[in-house]
Amino acid sequence: MAGKVLTITSGKGGVGKTTITANLGVALASHNQKVVCIDGDIGLRNLDVVLGLENRIVYDIVDVVEGRCKLRQAMIRDKRIEGLFLIPAAQTRDKTAVSPSDMIRVCDELRPDFDWIIVDSPAGIERGFRNAIAPADHVLVVTNPEVSAVRDADRIIGIVEAEEKGPARLIINRIDPVMVERGDMISTEDIVELLAIELIGIIPEDSEVIISTNRGMPIALNGKSKAGQALQNIARRVTGETVPFLELSHQGGFIRQLGKIFSSGGSKNE
Amino acid sequence: MTHKIKIKGISEGLLVTVGEGEWPEIRQSLLDQIQAQADFFSGANLTLNVGEHEIKAADLGSLRDQISEKGIMLRGVISKSARTEENAKTLGLATHFDRPQPERSGKAFDTSVSGDDAILVQRTLRSGNNISYPGHVIILGDVNPGAEILAGGNVIVWGRLRGTVHAGASGDESAQVCALELAPTQLRIAETISITPPSKKKLHPEVAHLKEGQVVAEVWDLHKTKK
Repeated sequence: MAGKVLTITSGKGGVGKTTITANLGVALASHNQKVVCIDGDIGLRNLDVVLGLENRIVYDIVDVVEGRCKLRQAMIRDKRIEGLFLIPAAQTRDKTAVSPSDMIRVCDELRPDFDWIIVDSPAGIERGFRNAIAPADHVLVVTNPEVSAVRDADRIIGIVEAEEKGPARLIINRIDPVMVERGDMISTEDIVELLAIELIGIIPEDSEVIISTNRGMPIALNGKSKAGQALQNIARRVTGETVPFLELSHQGGFIRQLGKIFSSGGSKNE
Repeated sequence: MTHKIKIKGISEGLLVTVGEGEWPEIRQSLLDQIQAQADFFSGANLTLNVGEHEIKAADLGSLRDQISEKGIMLRGVISKSARTEENAKTLGLATHFDRPQPERSGKAFDTSVSGDDAILVQRTLRSGNNISYPGHVIILGDVNPGAEILAGGNVIVWGRLRGTVHAGASGDESAQVCALELAPTQLRIAETISITPPSKKKLHPEVAHLKEGQVVAEVWDLHKTKK
């Protein structure tokens, strides 16, 4: 096996990197891929919580880098999904505890045993981010339909290009089709036009995500959730499959459709 | 010299056009002229325009050998006579020009124009990128919000300009900013600062310049004569 390193990054914090990392890990593993997720956010670790594996941490990536344990000892196996592992970050240290070359070395050691090594990048463009993209074969940039998030994504894409880790691909997270239609939210088209990179996924706003994150049960395990489906689709696209994008515009439901018909007299849509 | 021989420089080398008369005499006067101006002809690629004259292959061949002794290569023979042309082809000589020879004479005007110092950036400037240059700046791509351009002269963006741009940064009030979509976060010309008024998507190329101390953006009009 020659595993590929997939780095999830965004620039801005709170756009959903960790949630997406956890769910892509779950989704890829559920497609019989062997996956290890690495939490790159040393000092502010979260990935273990989102995956519901917090209470099983013994060693972390800093222990590996500093030689206190073997790589295998720091890997936590997810008991729910066959083939999913986590290498947690240290909570008591900071980003400087690991260097970009450490990350490359750790990932190279993991490649023979895994199909995918997913690195969850911290927010920002400093050391933690540099660590996360150093080993990357593929980079997924996450943004929200907000001006500030898009601006940061643009900056990140520029750095990824400069580091020749690209071409980065784009995930637009937490889009609300109703707000977009009202003109209150930046549309997918506008974001893609500005960032000018390939779009690999659109994840709709879904309150189920918060519930599942809090419970440590990744949403991708929930087949009914739109966000879960979108994440499953991204995982399939990552493996090279062509999957059509989800139809999100009918989210408003039956009543809204009726409303549209009745109000169509004067208003112009599309 | 009774037989007229015209010599003209062409892109393929020299074009020698011979006049009317008996071929052997013309041939001799051609050789005489080459002999007389050996320095001029030496190393030249020669194309011979023999007009109506009908010349045998052996004759052409010996002519080719004779002039090659003077360091001249006979590249081709142009003729109105089908036979001569056929013979030239047999000898492996060209019988036409590679491209049509424009019938132009006289000296050309000097048409070259000297330009100003400028840099061309063939990529999109993303947030955090910046360009600073004392001359003009030309961007072949977009300028995204968060990117900055600082130019001593004009700024031309063949794309969407949405970042911050400063033209005439060293005080040149005649500096201009042109973009296919002019919607910068902030636009400065010399000491004057302006911001783009919020509006619908702009679909026209625009030019911004200073007019009575104010930045004015005008839609670039193909039919309007520029100053």
